[in-house]
Amino acid sequence: MEIVCPAGTPASLRAAVKAGAHTVYCGFADETNARNFPGLNFDRDEMREGVKFAHDHGAKVLVAINTYPRAGAEAIWHRAVADAEKCGVDAVILADLGLLAYAAKHHPGLRRHLSVQAAAANADMLNFYASEFGVKRVVLPRVLSVPEIAAINAETEVETEVFVFGGLCVMAEGRCSLSSYATGLSPNMNGVCSPASHVEYHDDHGALSAKLGGFTIHKVGADEPAPYPTLCKGCFSAGDATGHLFEDPVSLNAEKLIPQLAKAGVTALKIEGRQRSRSYVAQVVRNFRAAVEAQAAGRPMPEGMLAQLTEGQAATAGAYKKTWR
Amino acid sequence: MHDHAVQLPVFPRLPAFALRGLPLTPIALALGAFARRLAARHPSMFKRLGDYGTLRFVLDPTDLPVTLLLEPRAGNPRLRLSRKPLAGDARIAGPLSGLLGMVHGAYDGDALFFSRDLVIEGDTAAVLALRNAIDDAELDLAAEAEAMSGPFAPQVKRLIGLAETKTGVALSRHEEEPLW
Repeated sequence: MEIVCPAGTPASLRAAVKAGAHTVYCGFADETNARNFPGLNFDRDEMREGVKFAHDHGAKVLVAINTYPRAGAEAIWHRAVADAEKCGVDAVILADLGLLAYAAKHHPGLRRHLSVQAAAANADMLNFYASEFGVKRVVLPRVLSVPEIAAINAETEVETEVFVFGGLCVMAEGRCSLSSYATGLSPNMNGVCSPASHVEYHDDHGALSAKLGGFTIHKVGADEPAPYPTLCKGCFSAGDATGHLFEDPVSLNAEKLIPQLAKAGVTALKIEGRQRSRSYVAQVVRNFRAAVEAQAAGRPMPEGMLAQLTEGQAATAGAYKKTWR
Repeated sequence: MHDHAVQLPVFPRLPAFALRGLPLTPIALALGAFARRLAARHPSMFKRLGDYGTLRFVLDPTDLPVTLLLEPRAGNPRLRLSRKPLAGDARIAGPLSGLLGMVHGAYDGDALFFSRDLVIEGDTAAVLALRNAIDDAELDLAAEAEAMSGPFAPQVKRLIGLAETKTGVALSRHEEEPLW
């Protein structure tokens, strides 16, 4: 199976390729990509050089242009698709129907993947995107169990890519009203979930509180992991109860499910974390490359070493092992 | 809760204590020259910092009796060293080994933050921009120090190598070789 790895900077791209990524995904440094954070992402020259480096080492590069174009400003997104093709990328990852139609019409030779932001979660949707826009691969939302993924793959020729490591989102993959409400900026429109410009941390003699857009969303004692600055992972008090109202601050880690995912017909395994450092990228990629090599050779899965890189330093298999409905 | 946390080396107490008695001005001058050299050799770092390059960053190695104030000044950096707490737009505090490990790509900044090894305060966006700019620059402080040492470069290299082995602190960048 193909390992698809994140790269927030050119240095991370090189680290991912050297660590064994088959494919790297990244984005331009603007609102066309859903990780539009300070100091992150690629200008056009960096993208061209990054693609060359990856290709020289036998790896592919995908460019996420996966936010939803603002009315009247579609040209920014159209330019991003054209520039991605000029940079020689192997595919663009899109979410918006209009942008998919535009790319299919004006850049028919550019391979198109469907972003997780589109939340396509059944075979009919995958087949619709394939027939209408020539989509070759769909990144499945993190709401499906392994049998559900197998059922989708049985009814489509479209390649499927699933997340195996990194952050989780309880919303319909980025369509988050919580972050938009608290900050006025949207994950899908501006590319920022919980923008850093609206995050404040206060350390008061070891007690650390996190605020987003002026709202205190979590407070922890000196011996507890630092709170994650998203509202969905905030810890709130209501009546006598205090707890994580929407979601625990844990990371997805499905490395032990790789054999089942292979059996379910999955083409590619995706690692989340373009906002993380090159150290994170190198460690996670190395681990997952070893895991897929072991799987392909019929060896047992190697023991994971990724716990320290997870949010809240805890991990879950998420919806893949669904115990709720 | 810290079962999986990175075990960061702490700066030895004796040399840390000795630093209390040393005059700070020559150290600050040397660090300033070092920062200007880095700026000249890594201009893309400041481009990546963007507007945050005009802010003031307090770097606080918690196991040393000094605090640094870094003003990137869009490529013309200035460093101030003080034994008293310094004020800036953003503050990053943690063991020196954690700060240096982040610079050299040995540790992930988010992981150090989640595990509380690292504390950030003030302008979170500025901290993020600085972290990303430094991470992308692929700095090697040991190599830079050697290059600045002229005829003493071999001795400096040996000294840094010895310090790295003895303390476990990432003082240089370890070039990753392709694994597959």
